[in-house]
Amino acid sequence: MKYLSEYRDEKVVKAYLGKLHGIVTRPWKIMEICGGQTHSLVKNGVLQMLPEEITMVHGPGCPVCVTPLHIIDDAIDLAQRENVILCSFGDMLRVPGSGKSLLEIKASGGDVRIVYSPLEAVKLAAQNPDKEVVFFAVGFETTAPANALSVVQASKLGLENYSILASHVLVPPAMGAILSDPENVIDGFLAAGHVCTIMGTDEYDPIAEKYRVPIVVTGFEPVDLVQGIYMAVSQLEKGTHLVENQYARMVQRKGNELAKETIHDVFRTSDRVWRGIGEIPASGYEVSEQYAKYDARKKFGLAHREVPENPECIAGQVLKGLKKPHECPNFGTKCTPENPLGAPMVSSEGACAAYYHFSNFDQTVTVS
Amino acid sequence: MTGSKFSFQLDCPVPKFDFDMITLGHGSGGLLTHRLLDAGVFTVFDNDYLREAHDGAYLDLQGKTAFTTDSFVVSPILFPGGNIGELAVNGTVNDVAMCGGIPKFLSLSFILEEGLKMDTFSTILQGVQNACLAAGVQIVTGDTKVVEKGKGDQVFINTTGLGPVHTKANIHMSRVRPGDVVITSGLVATHGIAIMSVREGLEFETVLLSDTTNLNGLVMELLDAFGEDIHFFRDPTRGGVASALNEVTKSIKVGIDLDQRSIPMEEGVEGACEMLGLDPLYVANEGILITIVQREKSDAILHLMRSHEKGKNASIIGEVTEEHPGQVVIRSTIGGRRVVQMLAGEQLPRIC
Repeated sequence: MKYLSEYRDEKVVKAYLGKLHGIVTRPWKIMEICGGQTHSLVKNGVLQMLPEEITMVHGPGCPVCVTPLHIIDDAIDLAQRENVILCSFGDMLRVPGSGKSLLEIKASGGDVRIVYSPLEAVKLAAQNPDKEVVFFAVGFETTAPANALSVVQASKLGLENYSILASHVLVPPAMGAILSDPENVIDGFLAAGHVCTIMGTDEYDPIAEKYRVPIVVTGFEPVDLVQGIYMAVSQLEKGTHLVENQYARMVQRKGNELAKETIHDVFRTSDRVWRGIGEIPASGYEVSEQYAKYDARKKFGLAHREVPENPECIAGQVLKGLKKPHECPNFGTKCTPENPLGAPMVSSEGACAAYYHFSNFDQTVTVS
Repeated sequence: MTGSKFSFQLDCPVPKFDFDMITLGHGSGGLLTHRLLDAGVFTVFDNDYLREAHDGAYLDLQGKTAFTTDSFVVSPILFPGGNIGELAVNGTVNDVAMCGGIPKFLSLSFILEEGLKMDTFSTILQGVQNACLAAGVQIVTGDTKVVEKGKGDQVFINTTGLGPVHTKANIHMSRVRPGDVVITSGLVATHGIAIMSVREGLEFETVLLSDTTNLNGLVMELLDAFGEDIHFFRDPTRGGVASALNEVTKSIKVGIDLDQRSIPMEEGVEGACEMLGLDPLYVANEGILITIVQREKSDAILHLMRSHEKGKNASIIGEVTEEHPGQVVIRSTIGGRRVVQMLAGEQLPRIC
């Protein structure tokens, strides 16, 4: 398929791998931020083609995985209310809250709808004036513009029955949290191409400078990934720590100004709890005061809940790159996509699910 | 006898109903039921078996018979490239054929929801009959029930099919051996993506059509020509190609190696899968079969399939191996290898 097959070309991948083998002299740990990158690395079998000195660490960039339990419980609470249509991206439905999942609520009669765009939820609100339509606005910076736009659109249409349950997280503060963790093992990063398409690359310069780590903004296809890894390793071997852009066909230095404007109009930055990691200052978006009446938390008076994580799930260690999914004693036994203990086993972009579904052939992973 | 050798006039009598929609009375067994059946089912499917108007059909069966049943609940009931009626016939015809059977007779049971428009029901009946004519099968018995509004989803259909097993057929999973070759008769994931595109209101530039069709003609030609060299057939419907092949590897403890590059797909379907984050190997198919065949005959089998209308996009997609028993392993486009698992739950579209 045009614009895809070029980036899945075996010869190009092998050429980069050859160059990579030629320059690497010592072990390096590189974190790919985005779950989409993890998925592609595993699905295409890139991991076992890399030089043994290079370890890829799978970062926290899966929005489903880092959405804390209490917000999932909020969504479940709303979905169970008589007059509410809860709209969500498909991935979120199977994630268990502290009790049930949205899929189970749907099965027991809750009006839960899968949508592909938040604007579909706005349309539903217009079509169902006697119902409250809530969109579960989950995601990183990538989905924030469309989610923000849905609020702007609802406001323009004068809809009183639309609101969003915002659960947005931001990449740079999470990178800062990982790098300042005393247990940090990461030498370099592949930054998430789609996040940078929106936000640009400027905000990564201070991180590269402060922590002296190379950051390569990278795409999602095999050629993108091996090129990104090659660029990061080149820097590590040379001892530089620059922000480089492998994904130049999508990412511009300033990002998408219009999208950023919409985000800043509708959202404000706030502290956020990341599932498995904990609270990171200024790492999320909440609905701004200007659009407060579209904030489902305020509209439905949702109180903050303290929900403990399942102690058997080591998602936090996986998301920080301290453990590989198959190093978890419950991987593939007690924790499977059908019966997940934690979110990384649910989303198609979660590291545990990627390892489960596409377990590397050479890897000694026993899946029941 | 093969379905493909028949030449049918595909226009069947259009049922004429003197009411606009299905009501509970149509399932009462009384006058309204008879009016529905007389104007609809008996007119459209008219044949000697139905003319008996008995509680069931008398069939003259000899020898080994393939027998299968399936229920159809697809939503929407009318979709690009077909409708639930065609699907209900093709699905059961294909299941009989996958057993090496020559499908002959079908039962047809409707569960209709009160309020179903008669125009829609009429379209579905014609879909059933067109598919029957194309496959060379007859509806010989059936049933119609009506449920209250809200207790169904417009139409559910159950069909049961049977037919004599081809004399040269020896189709068993246990006959699959290391060294055998895995072939798909056509493009993967077409039906599932066509359904999803209308179900979810996705507007692609190209309208994606379901490829629902009967495969009994293709199967019979393959069995006529290659008999015992065909070890296994499966129509990879729900769960897709990945689940069908995993059933084989897990049941008889062999491995299967697939090659991503040789899996044929329509470009629009491939693009839709990329956009939605769906793996085409798990998407449902209704117009293709997977066969596992003797290696020495695989080229000739592929050649025959490609010469048949229903197999023109056939492709060798992999082989059976002694290695990694219980697992399907795919070689990616860049040469990496990964395990293809059985589908867990429903494939859900991803966030970004």
